[in-house]
Amino acid sequence: MELLRYILRRTVLSAFVVVGVTFLVFIVAQVVPSDPAALYAGPRPTAEQIEKARQELNLDAPLPARFATFAAAMASGDFGVSYKSRRLIAEDLKAYLPATLELAVFSTGLALLIGIPLGVLAAARQGRWPDRLGSFGSIAAVAMPTFFLAMILQLVFAQWLGILPLSGRLSREIAIGAPLPVVTNFTLVDALLAGRLDAFGNAVTHLVLPALTLASYPAGVAMRLTRSAMIEILERRHVVAARTLGLSEPRILFGHALPNAMGPALTVIGLSFAYALTGAVLVEIIFAWPGLGRYVSEAILAKDFPVIAAVTMVVTICYVVMNLLIDIAQALVDPRVALS
Amino acid sequence: MKKLVHRLGWPGTIALAVVLLFVFVGLFAPWIAPYPAQGAGAPNVLAKLAPPSADYWLGTDHLGRDILSRIIYGTRVSLTNGVLIVAFSLLIGLPVGLAAGYFGGWIDEALMRGTDVFLAFPALLLAVLMAAALGPGFLNSIIAVAVTWWPWYARLARAEVLVLRGQPYVEAARLAGVSHPRIIARHILPATGRPLTVQAALDVGPALLTAAALSFLGLGVLPPTADWGQMVDAGRKFFPARWWYSAMPGLTIFIVALAFSVLGDALRERKGGTVRAPA
Repeated sequence: MELLRYILRRTVLSAFVVVGVTFLVFIVAQVVPSDPAALYAGPRPTAEQIEKARQELNLDAPLPARFATFAAAMASGDFGVSYKSRRLIAEDLKAYLPATLELAVFSTGLALLIGIPLGVLAAARQGRWPDRLGSFGSIAAVAMPTFFLAMILQLVFAQWLGILPLSGRLSREIAIGAPLPVVTNFTLVDALLAGRLDAFGNAVTHLVLPALTLASYPAGVAMRLTRSAMIEILERRHVVAARTLGLSEPRILFGHALPNAMGPALTVIGLSFAYALTGAVLVEIIFAWPGLGRYVSEAILAKDFPVIAAVTMVVTICYVVMNLLIDIAQALVDPRVALS
Repeated sequence: MKKLVHRLGWPGTIALAVVLLFVFVGLFAPWIAPYPAQGAGAPNVLAKLAPPSADYWLGTDHLGRDILSRIIYGTRVSLTNGVLIVAFSLLIGLPVGLAAGYFGGWIDEALMRGTDVFLAFPALLLAVLMAAALGPGFLNSIIAVAVTWWPWYARLARAEVLVLRGQPYVEAARLAGVSHPRIIARHILPATGRPLTVQAALDVGPALLTAAALSFLGLGVLPPTADWGQMVDAGRKFFPARWWYSAMPGLTIFIVALAFSVLGDALRERKGGTVRAPA
């Protein structure tokens, strides 16, 4: 009962936040810029063209009315038309959102896969070099500019070692020579649906570097959280008992201690996903990844406000929903959360 | 010196030294830079994209300007960026948090729900949207980041005030008929100041990183003013063949942010505070 009430309250609060977010995006994208009509009318507009644009964009209406129109359009998934390409933004989003989500999911998985074992190792060798190296690594990951890390990885793995592709989502031979049928726009899923293992493998190699860039910071957090949870649990009685029974060290660590230290994993998933959605702006430009980040960075240069607003809205809503789901999951795992 | 090392540990002390070194370099850029004119933006077409050498320790950029001098001049922009973002954010966040915590009730509710809206955004995206709306430029990019930053201070200040509000000396002041603004200014603000200042100092590094990300996206200061993030972006066209162009300023951002981060870690072990996600 308490749980249900908690879920309901969190959901209502999230809905309010989404309304607030819509309002703020409206203000920043439609009210702050000096003259949206001139941008909409295209390069070197005449006075009449600007006037026509003002009418089309409904700029002369009072603010509350404009906000109502804006909110209604957003709610119905109508993000308007790009100033620059004149294409429907909703159509563009359908093509770009899956690419970004694919990257976010992959990098989250990578962060857990790297961070948790390192955290276990650091806890098992507390105070010794793996621990020290790990904690330095996690501090360094915070200080590393995302865009710089991306370039270093490109330099080392693509340029010097030549073992991973430099950029893009698929190799040219596959993207142009033998293209995949587009079903979901998730390359990995589309490759599996088409039964094309070559394309699947190719897509994975393209994912590694951008995903690794985005995974570095959350992996550091995962490491720290796992480490401190493990240190606490390694002192508990059942672990001591397992050790007295003569079980092997890996079995104690991974079989008996780690399952009890998985609490932070949920936190890391939320954080990593959020970080990937934000970092996408920087990483996608560098890896020529055809997702929302690259879409929005091109829009920035063109002052294409409807596109910037639409991407901000969509990503923020993903973010809010993700946080809501994590909160609910945490309450399900640990009912004390709902009571606090 | 011994006392300092004792308080901060060796990593913390080294980090503090690095931060102070950059402050010094920023302050005296024209006297330290080997080519002050190029640092300020004057082209030097005879030495375009020269690799690191005895003349140009870190190489030159596409206009032949000495990268070391550009980095030294860029220190000014980056450090002021970091400090001003934090200062502007305190300027908004502190009053909001003080008012919410002190008055409580519907004022608290309204202010904090508003704060939630700002926190619901992925910070970099809101900053990008804001910077795009305001247009590029030094001050605009600082405002854009501060808009995403202040809610943290509002929350922190509110939490501090909630504790202080119930203190006997505050109640005594109120019973003695002291006005609300005066109680806030004279009795509450001084006590909330210290934890907030510590947090703010720790945040200069992350703030500087976010500003670098914005200028990497072309939303920071305008050329010819030297700026690290913008240099990394400009060098991308020549990367990896002329790696030094992007790598040197990129490495500089990393070193400065790392110094702030290590210093923050050393302080935090004694004073508490949280790490901010990087951009």
